[in-house]
Amino acid sequence: MKLGGPVVMLGLLIVQHGFPKFLQTLVNSVALGSLYALIALGYTLVYGVLRFINFAHSDVFAVGAWLSFTFATAFGWVATSSPLWGMPLVLLLVMAACALLGVTIEILAYRPLRKAPRLNVLITAIGVSLFLQNVGQLSSVFGTQPQRMPSLIEDRSLFTIAQVHIRLVDVTVIALALALMMALQWMVFRTRLGRAMRAVSFDEKVASLMGINVNRVVTITFAIGSALAAAGGLLFALKYEGLKQTADATWVLLGLKAFVAAVVGGIGNVRGAVAGALLIGVVEVFGASYLSPHMRDVYVFVILIVVLLLKPSGILGKAVREKV
Amino acid sequence: MAMLEVSDLHVYYDGIHALKGVSFSVEEGEVVTLIGANGAGKTTTLRAISGLVRAARGQVRFQGQRISNLPAHTIVAKGLAHSPEGRGIFPNLTVEENLDIGAFLRRDAAGVAKDKEQALALFPRIKERLEQSAGTLSGGEQQMLAMARALMARPKLLLLDEPSLGLAPQVVQQIFKIVRTIAASGTTILLVEQNAHMALRVARTAHVLEVGTLALSGDAAALSKDDKIRKAYLGVH
Ligand SMILES: Nc1ncnc2c1ncn2[C@@H]1O[C@H](COP(=O)(O)OP(=O)(O)O)[C@@H](O)[C@H]1O
Ligand SMILES: [Mg+2]
Repeated sequence: MKLGGPVVMLGLLIVQHGFPKFLQTLVNSVALGSLYALIALGYTLVYGVLRFINFAHSDVFAVGAWLSFTFATAFGWVATSSPLWGMPLVLLLVMAACALLGVTIEILAYRPLRKAPRLNVLITAIGVSLFLQNVGQLSSVFGTQPQRMPSLIEDRSLFTIAQVHIRLVDVTVIALALALMMALQWMVFRTRLGRAMRAVSFDEKVASLMGINVNRVVTITFAIGSALAAAGGLLFALKYEGLKQTADATWVLLGLKAFVAAVVGGIGNVRGAVAGALLIGVVEVFGASYLSPHMRDVYVFVILIVVLLLKPSGILGKAVREKV
Repeated sequence: MAMLEVSDLHVYYDGIHALKGVSFSVEEGEVVTLIGANGAGKTTTLRAISGLVRAARGQVRFQGQRISNLPAHTIVAKGLAHSPEGRGIFPNLTVEENLDIGAFLRRDAAGVAKDKEQALALFPRIKERLEQSAGTLSGGEQQMLAMARALMARPKLLLLDEPSLGLAPQVVQQIFKIVRTIAASGTTILLVEQNAHMALRVARTAHVLEVGTLALSGDAAALSKDDKIRKAYLGVH
């Protein structure tokens, strides 16, 4: 198959460039993949219960990143370094704020359209997305100037393997994303709420016969998805620091890649979103550092096309079944 | 006072007048069956009772309380469980999770555990499959799971929509035997069936639905001797 060529070439390049570069690239790719995963989970959770792609999700992520900046600066942690509890505090605040934002969007914009044709909801989501992007640029909100995120995490290396400094921020990003994903996994598969979410995902009418308040489950799903996106926003801001204005294309592109991750993993599937995100992260970062950095977005979409050709329902997706 | 009172019930689907003034009642402790041809409105009647479709006119009372047009998820709590047409099990959940979700609103863990034990004693075939994904069950097992799940709500009134649909004759026999057992344990049952032959043997009272209206009502044993019924629904010529 034609894929063999590039894979062999990449393998040879990796060997040729040596272990330290490989390790550094691996850490970077897993960190980026973890961020994608946090965003992808929101797409997949909402798709799971409503069978609808929430195009405003990437903007909730952007708001999460910007609110992290707002909170951090409000606490005065710009020049002075933040206390150890600074990052966890900002994390909780942005997760709560974005959960509220997600719930508000769901109740005001999507719920009235619950029985409307899919296309109406999709167009509304694009409307919400544009609304958030532009309101975010108001001078009384986040403004149009790019900003630099205060580093709430000390910039130092945690340990060194083969001359590669493993930075604290990367370890934090990966560990925190992992912890949140595990918490979500537990919630979905081990709790009463998660069971209700899976029931609603399959058939909301029958779920309501069980006594499940479908609207409440949908609201909670938006809250969780948005809170995860907010965590992703904070971690993104900590790792990449430069924040472009909310209507900047980088946010849409990041959201799009996270969405690709959800599709590649099998949309609606929680484990699939994580697997897809890690795959996308690895392909993007390895492609960028060994092949060509200008093509990094292309690699992601190549993966999308390849996966959709080989397994249209995604890596971990089940064969497509229309909801009855 | 009857346990369930349906009066002058009208339901529309996008302008299709599916129920045109249906009235009947179910007494506590009895098995009532609603029979009729495909498309007569049997499923719609059950859906209107459990809140899945809106009643455009008329009302449903359960234990004296008006329940028509309440949200479906609030009706279960009142003691009314609905095992829907086509079984409606959740194939993405395990068999045990399907049972547990039947008791979604219950907080009495001990009572739930006891009811689960009883339900599994009633359906030993699903007991061996608790860990399996419910989608892997056979049609008969899925029907048993759907009924067991409905019982997990510990309902006072059980609505059963065509439990015999698509099942092999011996399985149908088994299912009806279990319906009898459930009724004997004191649960009131409203049974919808196309299999009039079996339904009339289990039920005390029967109603015949024809394109959205009740054509005939009466004692099930008497109806099964009625010439019209024998010709139209029991295949006797
Ligand atoms: N979801 C629906 N949308 C439109 N029409 C429906 C729907 N469900 C049922 N109907 C129509 O309502 C009538 C009664 O259907 P139903 O209650 O399913 O009958 P039964 O259960 O007796 O076979 C039929 O004419 C059927 O075509
Ligand atoms: Mg029917």
